[in-house]
Amino acid sequence: MAARTLYDKLWQQHLVKERDDGTALIYIDRQLLHEVTSPQAFEGLRIAGRKPWRLDANLATPDHNVPTTVKERAEGNSGIKDPVSLIQVQTLDDNCEAFGIEEFRINDPRQGIVHVVGPEQGATLPGMTVVCGDSHTATHGAFAALAHGIGTSEVEHVLATQCLLAQKMKNMQVRVEGQLGAGVTAKDVVLAVIGRIGTAGGTGYAIEFAGSAIQSLSMEGRMTVCNMAIEAGARVGLIAVDDTTIDYLAGRPFAPQQADWEAAVADWRNLVSDEGARFDKVVTLDAAEIEPQVSWGTSPEMVTGVSGEVPDPAQAGDDTVRGSISRALEYMGLSPRQKITDIRLDKVFIGSCTNSRIEDLREAAKVAQGRKVASSIQLAMVVPGSGLVKRQAEQEGLDRIFIDAGFEWREPGCSMCLAMNADKLGAGEHCASTSNRNFEGRQGYGGRTHLVSPAMAAAAAIAGHFVDVRHLDADASNAREEA
Amino acid sequence: MEKFEQIQGLVAPLDRANVDTDLIIPKQFLKSIKRTGFGVNLFDELRYLDEGQPGQDTSQRPLNPDFVLNQSRYQGAQVLLARRNFGCGSSREHAPWALEDFGFRVVIAPSFADIFYNNAFKNGILLITLAEEQVDRLFREVEAEEGYRLDVDLVNQRVTTPGGEILDFEVDAFRKHCLLEGLDDIGITLKDESAIRDFEVRHRTARPWLFRDTPSA
Ligand code: SF4
Repeated sequence: MAARTLYDKLWQQHLVKERDDGTALIYIDRQLLHEVTSPQAFEGLRIAGRKPWRLDANLATPDHNVPTTVKERAEGNSGIKDPVSLIQVQTLDDNCEAFGIEEFRINDPRQGIVHVVGPEQGATLPGMTVVCGDSHTATHGAFAALAHGIGTSEVEHVLATQCLLAQKMKNMQVRVEGQLGAGVTAKDVVLAVIGRIGTAGGTGYAIEFAGSAIQSLSMEGRMTVCNMAIEAGARVGLIAVDDTTIDYLAGRPFAPQQADWEAAVADWRNLVSDEGARFDKVVTLDAAEIEPQVSWGTSPEMVTGVSGEVPDPAQAGDDTVRGSISRALEYMGLSPRQKITDIRLDKVFIGSCTNSRIEDLREAAKVAQGRKVASSIQLAMVVPGSGLVKRQAEQEGLDRIFIDAGFEWREPGCSMCLAMNADKLGAGEHCASTSNRNFEGRQGYGGRTHLVSPAMAAAAAIAGHFVDVRHLDADASNAREEA
Repeated sequence: MEKFEQIQGLVAPLDRANVDTDLIIPKQFLKSIKRTGFGVNLFDELRYLDEGQPGQDTSQRPLNPDFVLNQSRYQGAQVLLARRNFGCGSSREHAPWALEDFGFRVVIAPSFADIFYNNAFKNGILLITLAEEQVDRLFREVEAEEGYRLDVDLVNQRVTTPGGEILDFEVDAFRKHCLLEGLDDIGITLKDESAIRDFEVRHRTARPWLFRDTPSA
């Protein structure tokens, strides 16, 4: 058999039928559901008198609208003050109950952001097809699962038929070779990739991330990388199975047990691209050249290294690009050639499905330990990705480190990643955020988002402006001398 | 879904690249549990000068006079002319729901984001990909001539300009068929029910751990 890519294998394992018109029916093993993109899908099922095809393939949890303060959360759904948000969460509960779908409700310790919960439970497994009405479903590709975001009509389609209509994507490989420098994380890798290929660079492709720098990442780091494949335009990000993958999954509640586990592991070992498999496009980055990244604009491709500066629209290659840069600088309140380290911040957000796992919190805590959030920062918050992440962090004492440094320690949810709950930016405020999108208004009307890693966000909170986390000590002592 | 065969649509130009779905419909409007009523909040942050809230009476809000859809010459537009990578970002289907509810049936751009592409067709919106130079030319023509309409003919896959120029476009056969007939694709898929069942049996045998209701070995 010809050498195949990982994506080709996953596609073939799930192909139910190819149609003459070029579309295909692919079988879906897991659907994750949350409150924002599912109500209209359930409604559609009801109107058509249909039932879910397979209940055990679905798992639901509310995440986008849930409040994150301890006090509100203690009240369960009735702690949701916005009546429209409340209806949405309540509707998810009602739909799951009516149709018989397993749900981790608001105060279940297993509740959290869908993309944190799925892997944490072992509900995401290698070789699965995973969908969710959310574009960051690409996250699950870190487990060599074919995972992508879908729209609400497709959520309904999968509920009703267990299949999705799809067209085969092209294969891209992004190789990151070599060793990452100290203080450079998975988030910096993926931002650097997006900076290189652009927000539409991956459109139409499934991107497989490979190379020694990717292999050396933990599962948390790999999820961060795949999570943002969509920010490079690719619906799918993938990473091959290795020991790291298998070790992570062992013993998780939804993972196979005993004899099934052995059989599964043997099967999963094949989930790698064959030697000599052909990719339609290959992009290579040198890990050693990647420095901590900071986005300066209103699209994730508008990103640069922390030692860099904001671009000058006058130097742009074409009119569309020039227009985009000028508009972004105006929105962001930045001037051409301004140094990244001169950007002052108002808020800091550590959380989201990109960076709210235990390792992310550990990295941020390492920076925060024994330091204080700058007095110019109005709010610095840490929002764990799930109840279980929160519990683990508390067992390790990370919550104390954050609280002592002046961060707020919150309850799990999407929070200020998209600001559908009460956590938002005010107009004109600059935020160092570990989330994935810096679009206009994303974190609040008129808010200005800068995408960074957890360590860089924590360092920015301490300094009050961006600093190179690799030189934090030197920088902090400079600040003391100045003062 | 509403059928689409051919329209003679007034064209509105939206001259910016990478228009994301957050911009098409901001998140506060995603709290609705309905599929309709999003049109008044389409491009909310560009269209109004204040911050919009769900359920608000939009007729009382200050309009941004510079925004293209607020200009009288573009009232009633059915065709949106856009720049590259239109619809990037979040998977929210509220974006095509808002476009459709506002009255758009066609979006023309040099490229579209993948998830948005799927979502739009499922809601009766035809997305037409044309070469960058062709889109550039259309932008110039639309801006130069008030009342500029394009004839969009899905059956023959072509757009005709007022000057009689014909621009052919590609659309895959299945999407075209669904759009022409106004078909619900769940119904179409369920015609393959037995193929799905057969696949499922084989899949369960090969990889029983993917089914949580399979008794453990
Ligand atoms: S954390 Fe942000 S990006 Fe992730 S699912 Fe929630 S809202 Fe979407």
